[in-house]
Order: sequence, then C-alpha cells, then structure tokens
Amino acid sequence: MTLASFLDPPGPRGRRRQRVATVVTAVVVVAVAVIAVRRLAEQGQLDGDRWDVFAQRSVWMFYLRGFARTLQAGAVGGVLSLTLGLGLAFGRLARGRPVRWVATAYIEAFRAVPLVLLMFFAFLGLPRLGLDLGPFWSVVAGLTGYNSAVFAEIFRAGILALPAGQTEAADAIGLRYWQSMRFVVVPQATRAMVPAIASQLIVLLKDTSLGALVSYEELLRRAQITGEFARSPLQALAVAALFFAVVIFALNHLARRLERHRPAPVRDGLPAEALLPAAAAQASR
Amino acid sequence: MDVIADNLDSYLGGIAVTLWLSVLSFLLAVVIGVVVATFRVSPLRLLRTLGSVYVEVFFSLPLLVWALLFFFGLPKVGLTYPPFTSAVIVLGTFTGALVGEALRSGINTVPPGQGEAARAVGLRFWQVLSLVVLPQALRTMIGPLGSILLALVRNSAVAAIAMSVDDLMWRSDQLATSTAHPVEVLTGTFVAYLILTVPGTWLVNALARRYRFTR
Amino acid sequence: MKKRPMSLLSRLLVVMALATAAAACGSDSDTTSADTAATGGTEASTATSSGATTSSASGSESSEADEGSGDGPTVEPGTSVAAIRDKGKITIGVKYDVPLFGLKNPTTGDIEGFDIEIGKMITEAIFGDDSQVEFVEAVSKNREPFIQDGKVDLVISTYTINDARKEVVDFAGPYYVAGQDILVKADDDSIKGVDDLNGKKVCSVTGSTSLTNVQEQAPQADVSVVFDKYSLCVEALNDGRVQAVTTDNIILLGFVADSDGDLKIVDNPFTEEPYGIGLKKGDTELRDFVNDVLEQSYDDGSWKDAFDRTVGQSGQEAPTPPPVDRY
Repeated sequence: MTLASFLDPPGPRGRRRQRVATVVTAVVVVAVAVIAVRRLAEQGQLDGDRWDVFAQRSVWMFYLRGFARTLQAGAVGGVLSLTLGLGLAFGRLARGRPVRWVATAYIEAFRAVPLVLLMFFAFLGLPRLGLDLGPFWSVVAGLTGYNSAVFAEIFRAGILALPAGQTEAADAIGLRYWQSMRFVVVPQATRAMVPAIASQLIVLLKDTSLGALVSYEELLRRAQITGEFARSPLQALAVAALFFAVVIFALNHLARRLERHRPAPVRDGLPAEALLPAAAAQASR
Repeated sequence: MDVIADNLDSYLGGIAVTLWLSVLSFLLAVVIGVVVATFRVSPLRLLRTLGSVYVEVFFSLPLLVWALLFFFGLPKVGLTYPPFTSAVIVLGTFTGALVGEALRSGINTVPPGQGEAARAVGLRFWQVLSLVVLPQALRTMIGPLGSILLALVRNSAVAAIAMSVDDLMWRSDQLATSTAHPVEVLTGTFVAYLILTVPGTWLVNALARRYRFTR
Repeated sequence: MKKRPMSLLSRLLVVMALATAAAACGSDSDTTSADTAATGGTEASTATSSGATTSSASGSESSEADEGSGDGPTVEPGTSVAAIRDKGKITIGVKYDVPLFGLKNPTTGDIEGFDIEIGKMITEAIFGDDSQVEFVEAVSKNREPFIQDGKVDLVISTYTINDARKEVVDFAGPYYVAGQDILVKADDDSIKGVDDLNGKKVCSVTGSTSLTNVQEQAPQADVSVVFDKYSLCVEALNDGRVQAVTTDNIILLGFVADSDGDLKIVDNPFTEEPYGIGLKKGDTELRDFVNDVLEQSYDDGSWKDAFDRTVGQSGQEAPTPPPVDRY
C-alpha cells in the first residue's frame, strides 16, 4: 500500500497544493544540481582535458578487462560459496552433534565479521601459514568465507520452510535421508530460495570491488590506476561507478522479476544488503 | 598472542571508534531513511520518484565505490569534512537507503484496512500514520533494522579503510603489516568483531521474537 | 507460467558462465608484457638455463660493455640467483602510483619509471633479457611482508634503506639518494622547512619513513591523515584538507610537474633517503649479485640512460650514482 490509499482523493485545493509542492521540489532539486555542476566546472573538473584519457580506445579496454576480472572473481566466488554453503547447511541440519556444532559455529562467526577482514587475512595472513594465494584467490577466499555462511543460512531456511509432510511422505515410501533430500526436499526448496540466492549473488558481485584493497586489478582498482595516471581521479572513478551502477541496476531488476513469481519466498538468513532489495520486489508488485 | 596483549589498548580504542562510528552512522541513516520512506509513500509523484532514485542508486553502487566518489568528489564542489565525519556521512547515506526500504516494507505489512478504518473514524493523515500504522509497522521492523545495524558495523570497516579512520579494522591493518604477525593480529580482530556483533545478533533475534505478532 | 522464473534463473547462470569465459579470455590478452613473459617464462627459461653459467651480458645491449670490463655479474649454479633463474621468472614488487619511478599506464598496461628500469636491468643480468620479469603492486605497508613471505624476490619501490627495516629485510644498493621535502600549494609561503610543519595538517603514507621523520622533527604536526598512496595525499592537499604533503623530493617532483603550477616543493630537504632494493634477509648471494649489477650499470652508462629516460623527463639532471653499500 502507499499512504495514498488511506488519503481521501484530493479536492481542487488539495490538487493545487500538490502542484505547488511538486514545482517547489523540482526547483530545489534543479538548483542543487546546477550549483554542484557549476562548482565542478569552476574547479575545472568538467574541462575536456580531464576526460582526454577516455578518448583512447585502449583505456576503455583497460576498464572492460578490469570489469571482466570483477565478473571472474564474482563468478568463481559465487560458485564456491554456493557449494560450500550447501555443505554447511547440511552440516547444520545434520544429526551428528559435532558436525552440527562445527557448521553452526562457522556460519555464525563468518556471517558476523567484515568481508574485508577475511580478504586481508587471506592476502596477508595465509602466506605466513605457508599458503600464498595471490590477489585473485585472496579475493575469492574472502568472498567465499563470508558468502558461504550466508548461503548456508538461505539453504537451511529453504529446507526448513518446506512442510514436514514432504519429508514424512518421503520417509513413508522408504527413501533414505539423502534420497529424500536429493529428490524431494532440495528441488522444492530451491524454487523458494532462488530470489534470495540471486539477491545475495548480486551483493557478492558488488563486494568484489573490495579486491581493490588487496591489489586485485578489477574494475575499481583499474579506475584508480587510470585516475592516478591521467591526474583525474574523480573522472576515472565516475566512469567506473557508472559501469557498476548500470550493470548492478540491471541485475537487481532481473532478480526482482524472479521474485514476482514466488508466493512465499525464503528470506531468513539474508543480510540487510540483500534482504531489502528482494523485499522491495514484493512491494512493487 | 603477545602481539594482541601488547596492543590491547589499540584494539580497545579501535572497538570504541567502530562502535561510535556505527552508532552515529545509524542515527543519520534512520533520519535519511524516514525521509526516503516518506517520499516513497507520498502522494506526490515527483517525491516518489526521487525516493526510488535514491534507493536504486545506493542498491547499485558498491560501498567502496561510493566512499571513494565521496572522497574525491565532494571537495570538488567545495565541501570538505574530516575523515571521521566523512565516514559517518558515507555510511549514513548508504545505509539510509536500506533503512528507507525497511521502513517502507514495514509500512506495507500493515493491512490497508487498518488505514482505511482509521480514516473512517475521522483521524487525520498524520494521526493515521503515527497512531495506527507506524506502531504496528515498527514491531515488524525490529528484525530488519537490527540486521541493518549489524551490516553497518561490518560495513564500517570498509568506510574506515577508505577514509583512514582509526577504527578496529584500520588499526588492525596497520598492526598486521607493521608487527610482522598478521595471523595473530587479524585473528584477534576477528574475535573482536565477534564480540561486537554476536551479542547484538542474539539481542536482535530475541527482540524480534518478543515483539512479533501473527495475524 | 511456473516455468518462467526458472528460465530466468538459468539465464542468469548462463550470463555468469559467459562472464567467466569472457573473463578468462580477457585476462589472456589482457596481461601486460611482463605478465605474458611470466606465463611464457617456463619455456624461455629452459633455453636460458641450458648453459649452466649464462653470462648476464649475453643480452645484446650490455654485451659491448661486458667486452670492455669482462667482469660482469654472472649467475653461479646452486646459488639463490640460479634458483630464480631455474624458476623461470623473477617477481618484483613495485609501485603503480609514483610518477617517474613506478606508474602504471592504462593505455598500454605497462608500468613505467626508474624503479622499473632498474628491475629490468637485474632481470636481464639473470636471464639474458628482461622478458622474464613479473611486476606486482606492493604498497608501502606491504613491502616487508611481501619480502618475508617470498611473495616477491625483490622490492624496488622508492624504498628507503634504514636500520629498522634492516632488522627484517636486506638491501642492495642504494641506487639513488633522495631527501625528504615538503609539498605545499604554490601560494603558501608559511612553510619554509620542517619546523614550520608544527601545528599544520600534514599528509603522508602508511608504512613510509616520511611519517616517522615528521613525527620526530616536527612533533606538533598533525599527521592524522594517512593514506596508502601518495596520490591520495596530493588530492587532500589540492582540496585543502591538509596544508602539506611530505615525502621524498623526487616523488614530489613528479606531482609538481603535473600540477600546472598549483603546487610547489619547499626545497629544503631535511633527511637523506637512500633508495635500496629490498630482498630476503640473509640472502647474501642475491644481494651481492644485485650490487654487482648496479655497479656495472654505473660503469657502462646504463644507469644514467635509465635515469634520463624516466626521472630525467622532469628536467632533473642525472646525478653521480651513489656508491653501493655492502654492509
């Protein structure tokens, strides 16, 4: 509902007031934009030579390949996180106590710490323990460490959301635990989990940009390099931001279309960043 | 482990900064969130559009990209802030989109009949909102708002690194590289973040359960 | 109707898979010349290592000089230098954001600067040509960890030799001596030397000697603004967030040259910063070898050539190279 639904339809005076309010708002917005643009121009930020570097095709290729690396780390991290997350979810639902405790402890701990800390640990800490992953795998390790815990909770919630009658029926026809998981529980649970998984995959892709902090040359790091080289950090960054915004906006849109067809999507275990865009879909239905 | 004992003061100071940074950013985010949510349910189409644009932009930009844009961009329009203030603004604006969306979802969980009934007994718009809709909506928002606060604590690490604010993460990064004991230092940081967030998670879950109601 | 969302998901997955494939192809053609060399390095190195004692001078450029002196550095079998050669590539930590010394060029993907030239010189001495070098980014604070963990064989990144660092790493060189100076806005006459920094906001870089030097010599300076890159400090100075940036004069020079007259150097250096080549502590063989390479480049003029090609572009005359310190 919008609040408009419990407002009476405006009369002539109300409509006039609304029109005035619209005009005032528009004027304020335009004024702020004009001031910002004028200040930028005064500081020479909009001068052509600040953007010269983007006249070269090679710089665009530099960005595009950086973005390919963003997708690469995101895709590898996504696949690993989903796999490990599924394992962890079964671990947490397992009957054996030690397994359950270990899985639970992992999930609760890794969901609660900053992803950037995990990346730093993979990049700076693991080499001390004899495992030098390099930038790419440090990014993937960090992404996987955090997101596997998040996915585990999504999977668990999806499995638990299934009516108990389903597993009982599977038991009744003599299916073993893994058979009932494989043929009855997981296929049905997956359908309800798809929107949540999609939302979280998008969050994961956004978080790939943290790789810039451990010298992984993805899009953001390459924008920084270009800004440093061309002495126009703001412009180089703005181009990268536009890249991110367009792609992620499109993906968010796609993810919302997924959501519209779910009567009762699973949302437990989703962190706020993924939870709310997903919820927004329902509202805008 | 000596590294952690030797630098305990640094850790504690860092935890304090992280907490302070998160709390202030959250307050800012709530203010922004209320404005954004009001815009998004307002009868004015232009305001609704502005609200949606705000939310969409922040759902589409990685936090680090936003932090760097802020760092490089704002001084260019004549606004400069010290690092801590910058971090609060970056986190507050970013999280404000999440809060706004959470508030709106919360309002949406209140059945339209409630608002209509309130109108029918003659309550005015603001009375409907403050006496009928929001009190019901708030109860369902405890969970999402708590989850946003916890995400904010995690995100504060990113903003602090980008803006050079000496929070827990920034100090650990310095210690990890300067002491030659990155494993110990970063493990200590891991534990410190758990101390910060895990009790919070339990509290949020307990509160959400306590105030949940079923319709 | 029920089918639709699933097909959307599969579309999403296909997009992801395509992205991975594209990225894999992308990064192949994407690598810098140094990267490509590193991948192709195994092949090339078998050719090089067939002669057990390959003279460094087998490269075409330095052969002339080698004939003259006849005692260019050679790779002895069984040494740590030979181990690098057998590995097929040398990994060198450099900076990507220091004009004149190490700056990554987005139009070519190459890293350019004096440090890079020195790195290529050493590579050439080991492998006979400079295509086996892999440059990786090492920001100031990561340099000691990178060396200690063996992530890099050498660090060449405007890296000041000092006693604290000698505790954990060893240094070849110095190959250049800079002095710490102060960068201010062109219209700022209030800062004439390090003492004037007291009470001012000064930006410097994490893990650099510049920071500790300022704290010692101007204890009242506000050094709370610290980044991991010089370019961020210069940005903060341009915006007025700090009144000064302090680090080595030769690094600041690069920023002045690019500022269109907005910035100037105080030109009152208050320290000596001998730039060394960082390597694993205790690896005397590698250190001696690198020192030999440096001394040879002093003699045959390739050091001066490298300087003129890079730092010299800013108008700086090549100084007399500093004597290497075999401590």
